[in-house]
Amino acid sequence: MPATEQDFLNNPLGENPTLEDVLDGFEFLDDWEDRYAFIIDLGKQLPAFPDDARIEENYVHGCQSQVWLISHFHEASGKLYLLIDSDAMIVRGLAAMILIALNGKTPRDLLATDIDELFERLDLFRHISPTRGNGLRSMVGKIRDIAAAETAA
Amino acid sequence: MNDLSVANTTIQKAFDVEAIRRDFPILSQQVNGKPLVYLDNGASAQKPLAVLDAMDRYYREMHSNVHRGAHTLGDRATTAFEGARETVRSFLNAGSTQEVIWTKGTTEAINLVANGLAPKLKAGDEILVSHMEHHANIVPWQMIAERTGAKVVPIQVTPAGELDQDSFNSLLNDRTRVLAVAHVSNVLGTINPVAEMIAQAKARGVITLLDGAQAVPHFQPDVQALDCDFYVFSSHKLFGPTGIGVLYGKAALLEEMPPYQGGGEMIERVSFERTTWNVLPYKFEAGTPAIAEAVGLAAAIDYLSSLDRAAMEAAENALLERANQLVETVPGMSVIGTAKQKVPVMSFKIDGLHPSDIGTLLDQQGIAIRTGHHCAMPLMDFYGVPGTARASFAFYNTLDEVEQLFTALQKVQRLFA
Repeated sequence: MPATEQDFLNNPLGENPTLEDVLDGFEFLDDWEDRYAFIIDLGKQLPAFPDDARIEENYVHGCQSQVWLISHFHEASGKLYLLIDSDAMIVRGLAAMILIALNGKTPRDLLATDIDELFERLDLFRHISPTRGNGLRSMVGKIRDIAAAETAA
Repeated sequence: MNDLSVANTTIQKAFDVEAIRRDFPILSQQVNGKPLVYLDNGASAQKPLAVLDAMDRYYREMHSNVHRGAHTLGDRATTAFEGARETVRSFLNAGSTQEVIWTKGTTEAINLVANGLAPKLKAGDEILVSHMEHHANIVPWQMIAERTGAKVVPIQVTPAGELDQDSFNSLLNDRTRVLAVAHVSNVLGTINPVAEMIAQAKARGVITLLDGAQAVPHFQPDVQALDCDFYVFSSHKLFGPTGIGVLYGKAALLEEMPPYQGGGEMIERVSFERTTWNVLPYKFEAGTPAIAEAVGLAAAIDYLSSLDRAAMEAAENALLERANQLVETVPGMSVIGTAKQKVPVMSFKIDGLHPSDIGTLLDQQGIAIRTGHHCAMPLMDFYGVPGTARASFAFYNTLDEVEQLFTALQKVQRLFA
């Protein structure tokens, strides 16, 4: 089934939970097991990803696992909606974190979000390997490219 | 004291793993707040002090360019560099140092051979590789096949991860020109029956290459007994420095092969009318070589020679045996590659978990393994997995570390459950 506009609008990440909800929860955890359990749980909240969108065009390169990303620009609200999928659970969790930070924003607001600062606050880059760090950057890079293309359009 | 206990004491003395670990300074550190458990030796092994000291001493006391001969430092560097070549010759039991060529590593060595054999290949010829090869023993041949019209044909692998000998026998034919296979599989740890395969290939006049990258860290090959035409390996997996590797080749074949790269060192005489090549092994060593790295590799080999290799192999086998016993303690875990003859390498999967999830959470517990396709995508396709998690052991690993791996895997499994 191809993704419909409703599929994108139904993605609650960003509104529920909000970034503040997640930061409050995450910063409270100090051992790695709890942090990863938290990330894995977030991954379980990723909305279903359409099977037919798992194609090269939507593939995010630079990740150890397979990652796909699609977007939809909602003309009426001027907001950009995103869906991400991965076959690795921790990556799904990190993708959920990215969506919570960036989903359902106007491209301008999205581009103004300092995602590096967010990851530092979450202490994520220290806790994940450089290769996965690069994968996260690839995801964020692709999202920012999409947002930049929308603002240019 | 009876004879038996004397013998046991001798073995323990010769192989005291705690004493050996003190030779590897990098091992005694904490990672993510836990003592490092380094089980990614198949990707790259750690270096003993003997290697670090040899390279340091080389730069402090003898560095200069080699084979120039105008001064004392040049002589010292040349002596150390050519001495290293002799150490490698002896390690492989090659017939002569002119058959030992320095390369950047296994990958460059295979590329060099593939390029060198290109003039012998024509459309319709076949290059036999296997389904379990590292990309470095597939792609150079594909590139040469593209150029010459030859065809790269893979020998099948059995579900247990052994080379299917029926497949080999059916594929070896009058069109076969080259047989290029791994001595040991990087993913599965399988020790392939290469001596028998080479004998069969030789009977048909086929040129043979063994990728020894994953073999030499675990046992010492004898290239004359194997009777292979080429044997290649990398220093960094053999506890030596990065940036250098070895191509052993039979002199007669090396003589026939054109140079791989042009430049300094590899020439006899250069003029704009006609340039002639230097003799072996220098014909294949254009440019200033990795001198300190050659010295470091020789130090690594000397270090290994100072250990009791038989005791070392027994200790490594004990690590693998313990790991195999513990597999059933992790729900959903299964081993990929269950060949009878294996080096201590364990590729595995855990139902429902992606290898990268496993690797990340082991790293949090101070345990380093490799996850992914291991540069062996055709083999991943054969097993129908996106990748595996791989623990690869070295002689400096302990039974306690094996147990820590499995305790950590149980924790990983619980986190995802």
